Order: sequence, then C-alpha cells, then structure tokens
Amino acid sequence: MNYHWDWSVFSQLTITTVDRYWQWMLSGLALTVLIALLAWMFALALGVLLGIARTVPFRPARVVVGAYVEVFRNIPLLVQLFFWYYIAPVFLSLPWQAVINTAQPVLVQTVTAVLCLGLFTAARVCEQVRAGIEAQPKDQFSAALALGLKRRQAYRYVILPMAFRVILPPLTSEFLNVFKNTAVVLTIGLLELTAQSRQVGEFTGHIFEAFIVATLLYFLIAQTVSRLMGRLERRLTIPGESGGGR
Amino acid sequence: MNLSLDWSVLPAALPFLLQGMGFSIALLVVSLLGGLLLGTGLALMRLSSNVLVSSFAAAYVGIFRSIPLVLAIFWCYLLVPMLIEAVRGVHTPIGPMYSAFIAYAMFEAAYFCEVIRAGILSVPRGQTGASLALGLTRAQTMRHIILPQALRTMMPLILTKSIIIFQDTSLVYVISVSDFLGAATKIGQRDSRLIELYLFAGVVYFILCFAASKFVEARTHRKVAT
Repeated sequence: MNYHWDWSVFSQLTITTVDRYWQWMLSGLALTVLIALLAWMFALALGVLLGIARTVPFRPARVVVGAYVEVFRNIPLLVQLFFWYYIAPVFLSLPWQAVINTAQPVLVQTVTAVLCLGLFTAARVCEQVRAGIEAQPKDQFSAALALGLKRRQAYRYVILPMAFRVILPPLTSEFLNVFKNTAVVLTIGLLELTAQSRQVGEFTGHIFEAFIVATLLYFLIAQTVSRLMGRLERRLTIPGESGGGR
Repeated sequence: MNLSLDWSVLPAALPFLLQGMGFSIALLVVSLLGGLLLGTGLALMRLSSNVLVSSFAAAYVGIFRSIPLVLAIFWCYLLVPMLIEAVRGVHTPIGPMYSAFIAYAMFEAAYFCEVIRAGILSVPRGQTGASLALGLTRAQTMRHIILPQALRTMMPLILTKSIIIFQDTSLVYVISVSDFLGAATKIGQRDSRLIELYLFAGVVYFILCFAASKFVEARTHRKVAT
C-alpha cells in the first residue's frame, strides 16, 4: 500500500485559518463527553425512579413503566433519534415549533440527542434497578417495615443501598454504552468525535490518522470510565458482605 | 397540530421495504455466525497460556468493545477495499454491503468472545481432567465436551444479544446501505413522506423485537423450570 503517513496534519491550520485540526478533534471529543454525561445523568435519574415504580405494589404504575421499557428497548436507537428529531416537533404547538425553528441548530440537535439517549438508556437502567431491588431478600422489606420504617424509608435506607451495590457492574457497562451510543447522533448533523474525525480525514486526506486518533480517544474514555467505576465499586464495598456482589 | 398523514404511499413501497428487511436479516445472520465463529476463536486465544496470543485477543476485545459500532463501520468501509486491493493487486469495488458484513462480524466477535469465555469458565474444571483421562486430546475435549456446554449455558445471552444486533443493523444507514431503515428513508425522501415511513419502520421494528424478546423470555424460563 502506498499510503503516505503524516501525523503533522493535526497541527495544520484548517480551512477556517483560525483553528488547527487537533482542535476539531478535541471539540468532537468534548461534544461526545458532554452529550454522554448529560444523557447519563438524565437516564440515571429517570431510570432509578422507573425501576422503583416497577417494584411498588401498585399495578397501574408497574404496567405503564413496563410498557415504557418495552417500547424503548425494542426500537432501534437510530429510529428513536429520527423520531425525536424529525417527527416529534410536528406534534408540538405552533409557538413551540417556532422556538425550535429559530433556535441555534446545534443547540436543538444537542438537546434532542441528550433527550433521546437519556430516554433510551433510562429503560435499560430501569431494568437493572428493578433486578437489583428484586435480588434483595423479601425479608429485608418485612424487617424494615416491622422496625417501624415507612415504605419510602425502607426503600431509601434499606433496599436501595443494597440494590445499588449489586447492580454497579452492569450499570458501569450501561455507562460505557452511552459513550458509544453518542456516535449515532452524527446522523442528525452533530459533529461529535466520530463525525469530527471523518471530517478531519476528508479535509486533510489523512483519514487513517484521524480514525486512529478517534479510536484511541474512545479507548481512553472506556478505560477511564471503567477505572473510575472500579474505584467506586471498591469504595462502596461493605466489608464481609459477600465480596461486594462479585 | 398541523399533521396530515398519508399512508397511501406504503403499499407501493412494500416490495422495496421487504428487500431492505431481507438485507437487515442477512446482516443479522452474518454477524451472528461470523461473530460466534470469530468470537469462539478469540475466546480460545484469550484462554491460551501463550501470553502473546492471549494479549492479542485481549487487545482486540478491548479496542472493539470501546469504540462505537458506527466507527467500526467506517473503519471497514475504508479498510476492506484497500485490503482486497492489496491482496488481489487490482482495484476491486465491492460496495458498502460487504464491508458492512465484515464490520458487524468483527465487531460482534469482541462481544461474543467475552460471552463464550465466561461460558467456558463456567464448565467445572473436573470435566477437562475427566475427558483427558478418558484419552481425548485437548482439542477434542474443547470441541466435544467444553464448548457444547459453554454455548448451551450462554444461549439466553446470545439470543438476547441477537435482538440487539438486529436493532443495530439499522446503523448501516451511515454508509447509505438500503437495509430496512435505509429503504424506508429512501422512499420517505423520494415521496416526501418521511414521517409515515419512519413511524411505520418504528412499528415494524417494535413488533419484531418485542415478539422475539417474549419468545426468548419464554424459552429461557422453560429451561430453568425443567
């Protein structure tokens, strides 16, 4: 193969003559991390609430949340993204449509991306939380109630702290998935890391260098996240509690 | 609400959509077979006592599991034609479909490697000892004793993953392949009926995946019950 390697392309000026290509890569990385973190916080908050709702002795709540989970788990993420980006605004009232049409496109795309990824991931978090709660022995609940705790308190102080420790490893892999899933948002025009690396490759003609850097950056993200979550897991381990769910 | 839906475009579009669905399913089958085959190989490499072999497999899995599928699709879209050209010596345009097949098989292999490795490790060690004592070679032990059990243990995970892979086949959209979603997009853009086509695609995906997940659930529960 007669490919001409040149790693100095990243320090060259872009066509805007203001930025350099490494800054484009960095802005892609920043957008990937930003969207992933916002979507994750949203998914975690919503997913925990939904997960609890799936275990309460109130049938309508369980049915509604169950339907939510089935819908969001059984439709491809890309289709969901197109729904939120192309279809959902049509259902809004005209004043709201006007707001969307006049707002910064990047802002609208980012909000849509966070919303879509958040709702998608929340369904998965919900199932993990439910599994974690259901993994707790039934007696825990009875014991907590017998001690005079209210149902809410039993969840807050007895069931959830144990459940979260059990589901920390699967939650870690969901967290990692959020970072990978952000790449999908390039289809609605957001220049996250993958899109940005492709753009750098197309402008410079050095697509391999750009893709290699993007691959390494994704690898770095994954390593950092699993390191941090591993540390959190060790810190939360209760001594003597069957090795903290391992 | 200023929404007027016109579903009359659908009947004429069905043959093309069906063709797209055919490709989606073909991609699913290739990713499953290719992924399982490659994944088993990688799992065996990871469990190898040769440090070089096992660390190669570990690096492969580590990298493929940390990049998005979209990036893997782009990588193969770029690399596969180049590799073919390097091997055959002449420029051979094969189209994005085949590079998609390779991308999915390679990407899913990294996941299946972890699944099968866990499956192999779940088989009690005594079985290896017993089958070696019976005169089987190491390869025969793996082939006839360990792997069948490992695959059976991991069947629920593999089936669940198949549903996710089927959903992920829609990502070939990024290299403009006409899978089911790609076909729906093309018809929708041609007839300016994108909303109808995307809603239809969403409903079809939902029905298929929901039915499949219920099937997997029922099957898994039956296995546990007996």
